[in-house]
Amino acid sequence: MTQGCECSFPVEGERFEDAGKVSVEVKKMLKKIGIPDDMLRRAAIATYEAEVNIISYAIRGTVHLQVTPGRILIDIQDTGPGIGNIEQAMEQGYSTANDRIREMGFGAGMGLFNIKNCSDTFEISSEEGTGTHLSILINR
Amino acid sequence: MTLREIADLLDAKILVGGDHLDIEVKTAFSADLMSDVLAFAKPGSIMITGLTNPQIVRIASIVDNSAILVVRGKIPPEETLSLAEELDIPVLSTRYILFETSGRLYANGIVGCVRKIEGPESVVPL
Repeated sequence: MTQGCECSFPVEGERFEDAGKVSVEVKKMLKKIGIPDDMLRRAAIATYEAEVNIISYAIRGTVHLQVTPGRILIDIQDTGPGIGNIEQAMEQGYSTANDRIREMGFGAGMGLFNIKNCSDTFEISSEEGTGTHLSILINR
Repeated sequence: MTLREIADLLDAKILVGGDHLDIEVKTAFSADLMSDVLAFAKPGSIMITGLTNPQIVRIASIVDNSAILVVRGKIPPEETLSLAEELDIPVLSTRYILFETSGRLYANGIVGCVRKIEGPESVVPL
């Protein structure tokens, strides 16, 4: 039985050693409240990609979740350099990752593309020099 | 194949999860790119990788890998292994290289999570 919940998790930029911590927490929490496997998996993967993006590129950000029966809304806001060309950033394989990100096994340019694949509705907006906002909706 | 059979076949050390060796594995995903694991790995598959950082465990937990098989004789640091204990994900280590490991498993009936990537090819810039 799925219950509702609403919560926020802060993510600090450049804390590469912490990459994935928030997503693992989010997945545990969603599992605990009885979210079905497919939704759980899509929400966890999308959150992981977004978390790695904040750590890799932004100063800091917040992962905000709003869960109601049959629906997960993940809202991700960061303070950072923003994305100049969103269309290009959405392309599979396009990446501006540095060596540190790549050494960890990330920076393949799959992130935003993968988030979109996991979402039923995906919205992205960004302002250069200010930050990026993602809105990810996952339905049952 | 069970994890025990995989460990025997590859002369692998069981670093975490010795009590889960009866888990049945049918599919695998080999990669040193965790982004690709996130994009393509399927639940229940075994992750085969040469990476050893704690992210491999978090990724395995996110995509529901049944276990992690580390290749090329690498032993992950304590931080990675204790996280695997905590998240209850078995970790094995073999001296075989990624190609040999994958080939030996394939010859014994394990197949890839996906055979090839559908959709448009991704042109990767420098």
